[in-house]
Amino acid sequence: MLSILQSVWKMMLHAFRERVTVQYPDEKPVLAPRYRGRIILSRDPDGLERCVACYLCAAACPVDCIALQADETVDGRRYPSFFRINFSRCIFCGYCEEACPTYAIQLTPDYEMSEYKRPSLVYEKKDLLISGTGKYPGYWYYKVAGAAVKGKDKGDGLEEEPPVDVRSLMP
Amino acid sequence: MAKILIENREYEVEDGQNLLQACLSHGFNIPYFCWHPAMHSAGACRQCAVKVFKDENDTRGRIVMSCVMPVAKGMRVSIDDPEAKAFRENVIEWLMSNHPHDCPVCDEGGECHLQDMTQMTGHVYRRFRFKKRTYKNQYLGPLVNHEMNRCIQCYRCVRFYRGYAGGRDLDAFASRNRVYFGRSEDGVLESPFSGNLVEVCPTGVFTDKTLKSHFARKWDLQTAPSVCVHCGVGCNIIPGERYGELRRVSNRYNGEVNGYFLCDRGRFGYEFVNSPQRVKEALLKTADGVQEVSKEEALRLASHMIGMGGKVMAVGSPRATVETNFALRTLAGAENFYSGFSRHEARLASLIVEVMEKGPARSPSLKEVRSADAVLVLGEDVTNTAPILALALRQAAKNGPLKTAMKLGIPFWDDMAIKTATQGKKGPFYAAAPYATDDDDAAVKTFHGPPVEIARFAAAIARELNPSLPIVDGHSEETASLAREVAQALLEAERPLVVSGTGSGSEAVIQAAANVAWALCARGKKAGLTMVMPECDSLGAALIDSKGLDEAFAAAAEGEFDTLVIAENDIFRRMETEDAENFLASFSHVIVIDHVINDTVKAAHITLPGASFAESTGTLINFEGRAQKFFQVFVSAGAQQASWRWLKDMMDSTGLKLQKWESLDDVTSDAAAVIPAFEKITRAAPKHGFRIAGQKIPRQTHRRSGRTAVEADKTVYESKPTEDEDTPFSFSMEGFQGQPPSPLIARFWAPGWNSVQSVTKYQEYAGGPLRGGDPGLRLIEPKVAGAPFFKAVPISFKARKYGWLLVPMPRLFGSEELSVFSPPLASLQAKPFIGIAEEDAERLEVEEGDEIAVRANGKSFGLPAIFVPGLTRGVAAVPLLPGMAMLTLPAWGVLTRAKRRAA
Repeated sequence: MLSILQSVWKMMLHAFRERVTVQYPDEKPVLAPRYRGRIILSRDPDGLERCVACYLCAAACPVDCIALQADETVDGRRYPSFFRINFSRCIFCGYCEEACPTYAIQLTPDYEMSEYKRPSLVYEKKDLLISGTGKYPGYWYYKVAGAAVKGKDKGDGLEEEPPVDVRSLMP
Repeated sequence: MAKILIENREYEVEDGQNLLQACLSHGFNIPYFCWHPAMHSAGACRQCAVKVFKDENDTRGRIVMSCVMPVAKGMRVSIDDPEAKAFRENVIEWLMSNHPHDCPVCDEGGECHLQDMTQMTGHVYRRFRFKKRTYKNQYLGPLVNHEMNRCIQCYRCVRFYRGYAGGRDLDAFASRNRVYFGRSEDGVLESPFSGNLVEVCPTGVFTDKTLKSHFARKWDLQTAPSVCVHCGVGCNIIPGERYGELRRVSNRYNGEVNGYFLCDRGRFGYEFVNSPQRVKEALLKTADGVQEVSKEEALRLASHMIGMGGKVMAVGSPRATVETNFALRTLAGAENFYSGFSRHEARLASLIVEVMEKGPARSPSLKEVRSADAVLVLGEDVTNTAPILALALRQAAKNGPLKTAMKLGIPFWDDMAIKTATQGKKGPFYAAAPYATDDDDAAVKTFHGPPVEIARFAAAIARELNPSLPIVDGHSEETASLAREVAQALLEAERPLVVSGTGSGSEAVIQAAANVAWALCARGKKAGLTMVMPECDSLGAALIDSKGLDEAFAAAAEGEFDTLVIAENDIFRRMETEDAENFLASFSHVIVIDHVINDTVKAAHITLPGASFAESTGTLINFEGRAQKFFQVFVSAGAQQASWRWLKDMMDSTGLKLQKWESLDDVTSDAAAVIPAFEKITRAAPKHGFRIAGQKIPRQTHRRSGRTAVEADKTVYESKPTEDEDTPFSFSMEGFQGQPPSPLIARFWAPGWNSVQSVTKYQEYAGGPLRGGDPGLRLIEPKVAGAPFFKAVPISFKARKYGWLLVPMPRLFGSEELSVFSPPLASLQAKPFIGIAEEDAERLEVEEGDEIAVRANGKSFGLPAIFVPGLTRGVAAVPLLPGMAMLTLPAWGVLTRAKRRAA
């Protein structure tokens, strides 16, 4: 009998607690920036695509919902000629973001992606690519990679010596 | 065998082996870079350190480089010793201090030996805080990409390129920590084996440029065991497909055939499969032109043509599978089936079959070629007709000096010491060809002369070996003494080898080569006789039927035939254009099955799209007589299917010749039952019903990506994988994940070993045969009782006043029918020319590059003159290149200076 009264008392106290239910969609929840929602592809600080089409996101994806094809521009930059995420399969695990060596693929706190038709959940590169750097503003892959691209020749990168003079006989 | 202790457990190892190889053979993982099972130890990278203890009481031990440490009885070894482990980790840390953060844009990533070894040592965090060294890259041609920053200075590339393959234009430059591997200046790599740098390099300095143009990671490639179709060697390959396109070809180790290496034609010729010239749909020729028709419609029309009651003739091909040729033979009947050789080819092929089937000399595998200790090449430009055989011959040429060095107590695997001891000396390797070939630099002495002179030279050697053979008179003292020298060298060898083939186009050369080998056999030598044939199934086609197209033409001219069925053969390459046109015109209906659009396809009434090697399964017989099965890699988007299946469908829909062929194995079994030479052919590889633990073998890796996204732009419903009725493979990642039997290895991979170096895990011992024996089945074994010698000796060559002897000059890039459709190889192809001796320039009043009017076989054409070293005066070399008129060579012709254009 006592325990029942205790329970009733506790429940009554709850009625005066702060409300946690959010009146979605009239009211939007506040999510952490690292919330794993809609996936985007970001750009380097110079505005060019960050993705170098290394296929690591596709390999890491446990549901195999990422497909892409690598290509190279005349400037020597690798980029995906197509990049497709099938969000009807995606489980938003974030492994792709973890695998990405260039911070190109990022998960965002946007989750409002519902569609009436499954094919509409297939996002191509044009749907994924945003115009900014996303969560990692300063990162610039080609500055730290050894590969030469237009505008960054061998030895121009961060922490790089100028190219070796092969014909030098100096000890 | 010696017993050694590894981690205090006893293991049996081969005496004199190096410790690294011994440990790898027992399944231990020791990181290494410079050691390569085919090129052995250099001791350059300091990575394979282990600890060796003097005896049981030794607790300190000492660190040694296992690759240059011979095993000794009772040796105590520790791989996991903390000091040795720390040493290896430090070494890799040093190597990595200059290695760029390139892996995402590096084509090697995911199959990189450096990645694997770094993981293996446990070095995960960079401590080096200083700047990285950089290098400028070089342009090395359309096949190999250069990214020098990634180099770890293991010296494997130059050891392969210069030491193993005899190349000259790649070297190590500069000093100390600036060592650079490349050419002295930008330019196309000259060696026909340059593509192997891609696999030899443990990191991403040299990568496959054709793969780069449509890049996919190793884990995404759908692969199956296959066999190269670009020459008669039958190298084992692993083609990889992604998104319905063939992306690359990599080597599939087969110790008896190609071993670790492929030639550039074989590695990069695959692009013909993706060519826009492919026949993708059935084509029907109507009055309004050519139109695409559905498979059903094409079959209905084709079977109507066949089933009308008229006689059917079938022409097969030396580049079609055994099954396709057999299906054609079944369709038309043995008497109306022709293998598709030209008249000349048919004569040479049937002679080679006769020599191989009746003679006492064994046709050796390439492994045996590599261990031959005296070689005589007669009339064959091996680098251009069978490149991997040429690579094997180069190794054979090193065996003599190797033996001498080993007498000094140097183990065979101590590569650097061997090189110092041998000082580039050559073993008994003699080459005779109509002109100076790329093999000449490996030879101690060479002989250059027109085919008849080569035959006479060989006859002189045979006479030295067997006095009952006819005397060859009229030789200069120089030639006679060379013949004596060669005969002596062959007699002194334990395993002498004679190499000849169809390359010179001369029957006399083949007969003389057989005589030399048979004379050696009669003297009690285990002599080998290799007969090079130009196409992937030349020998297989010759074993079914050796009637030439001239006989087909003659039979057709009698006018009894109604329909002609041609499979995978461009008869315009093998008949005079006029003859071919007349031949085709003598039929009311011409049905052609082929891969690419060629002149024969253009002339066909109905063209059926034939599946290429990557899209079908079949059996090929290489020039050794080895039956090898290749397996379908992917399902093409078009209507392509295997040629034999088209033929079966045609026969079935006529209702007259219903075939109970449900899978390829039924065709192979029927061929084995009908044709005596193919009796054992079904045992070349497991049949389609083969399962391991009830499972098929997956063509896709367990790491494959994108399954639910690849087709999502078309449909979000994932389709069922295609069923494969012909093979034990599945078109999915599901199935048996362990090691399959050797003919069914679809890729080399082992946990922790993502690169091609993982092949060690598939071998009985490191560098040895694949577990369960190397794949392929030899069909022809030598007879004990020898065939009678060929007695005829041709009369000697006399240069004519007006006539010129035109000899064939096969080219690596351009002479093979399918690889010319590969754009990177087409870009390396020479432009048509005519080769003359420099001494003849005066006679013709031309300078190099001037146009020469050539008249031969009733045709005339103008070609620029190129001086070819080694050509005899009065002999001209005709390169076999696309755009050249079809000529039956050798032939007599007339060369004159083309009239200068009016100024």
